[in-house]
Amino acid sequence: MIYFDNAATSWPKPPGVAEAMMHFLNEIGANPGRAAHRRAVEAGRIVYEAREAVCELFHAPDPLRVVFGKNVTEALNLALRGLLRAGDHVVTSSMEHNSMMRPLRALERQPEPCSGGVEVTVVGCSPQGVLDPADVEAAIRPNTRLVALNHASNVVGTLLPVAEVGAICRQRDLLLLVDAAQTGGAYPIDVQADRIDLLAFTGHKSLGGPMGTGGLIVGRRVDETQLEPLVRGGTGSRSEHEVQPDFLPDMCESGTSNVVGLAGLGAGVRWVLERGVETIRAHEVALAQRLIHGLSRIDGVTPSGTLDPELQTATVSFNVAHLAPSEVGLRLDDEYGIMCRVGLHCAPTAHRTIGTFPGGTVRFGLSAFNTPDEVESALAAVGELAQETR
Amino acid sequence: MRPGEHAVILLYSTSHAIRAEKVLQNAGIPSKMIPVPRHLSSNCGVCVRIEQVYKEAARQALEEVGVEMDGVHDI
Repeated sequence: MIYFDNAATSWPKPPGVAEAMMHFLNEIGANPGRAAHRRAVEAGRIVYEAREAVCELFHAPDPLRVVFGKNVTEALNLALRGLLRAGDHVVTSSMEHNSMMRPLRALERQPEPCSGGVEVTVVGCSPQGVLDPADVEAAIRPNTRLVALNHASNVVGTLLPVAEVGAICRQRDLLLLVDAAQTGGAYPIDVQADRIDLLAFTGHKSLGGPMGTGGLIVGRRVDETQLEPLVRGGTGSRSEHEVQPDFLPDMCESGTSNVVGLAGLGAGVRWVLERGVETIRAHEVALAQRLIHGLSRIDGVTPSGTLDPELQTATVSFNVAHLAPSEVGLRLDDEYGIMCRVGLHCAPTAHRTIGTFPGGTVRFGLSAFNTPDEVESALAAVGELAQETR
Repeated sequence: MRPGEHAVILLYSTSHAIRAEKVLQNAGIPSKMIPVPRHLSSNCGVCVRIEQVYKEAARQALEEVGVEMDGVHDI
């Protein structure tokens, strides 16, 4: 069995993740921030240590500016719906996932008095998924408030030039929101050096955590008193007040947190820190190199993207001539035990950009735990399918 | 202000309290997280107890890293 669906969710998880979750469930189990007994404090410490680990990995300014939530989608919704007001203009790219595009399209349409009536410009990328920072700059208007980009495409893995755009945003006094779903834990990110004001991350991909974990890093240029929480309720703080607290992270973390998940996320991120993002990145570049090179040599197989592993993550999309992606996916699973994802990958605009809409592609999403041997086996399988249909 | 007499540092949330405890630990100031004495505040469930002799050093250490305090009280 070969698991190549890591761009959807990573598997296996790093050693220690399941153990940390079991430890919390079996030995701690209390609600953090709601009582002061030893196990409640211990639960609080587990959550805090996960905050610290995320803060360290992304070079965030303060662990208390790491807001936890259930995934990157929720984090993007918090940033977009929380900060944008009627009349604001947002610049985004044509390589976005629906987690970015759908909240933006909803804000575009939403009438007053909601925070809608937002204007959106989608900057086109090349058929390889490459974004030119100059095109972002050219799209800026007097009412532009935010630039919102994914760090790497979930379809073809192409990296977007977030640091270059970050520099532009600082010059023009705009905020930069980055969706790091595909890069967090797999590619170095320094929110301060890259000038990222809001970093949305998910726990269950390259950070090695379980599903149901993620969050938003809120940089110091963001005035949190202007950030509308998605949800309001109990936080364990300011309990005498009936209005929501106005400080991070509590203001955006109402209700009991997914502490069992965050225990796992903390362990996952610690593993990433111990292994080193640079080491993980080098491993994935080597795998992607092998995969792209191998696919390019098979007659009838067309890989998408830049075809340069240095310019992308270890997620590679391709098509096999005369065979629908769904058929390729089914046969890879049934006949070869290779698990991958086919279709549009929740990113129709990205597929339009690279020219694979509406058919989609076959996507191999590799991780730190995949091996060169697995890549070779998959290449042999794709080679057989391609040969049959020629 | 004799050794053994305590003060508590109130903070805005449990996360802030855990952060404060870590900062104090790094500064070599002994501390313990305890429930907030009822007469002081209902702000957050826990606060950080220190010895009164460390009050100024603790305040400085926390201000240095930007941990906001909701008050420091002798108990």
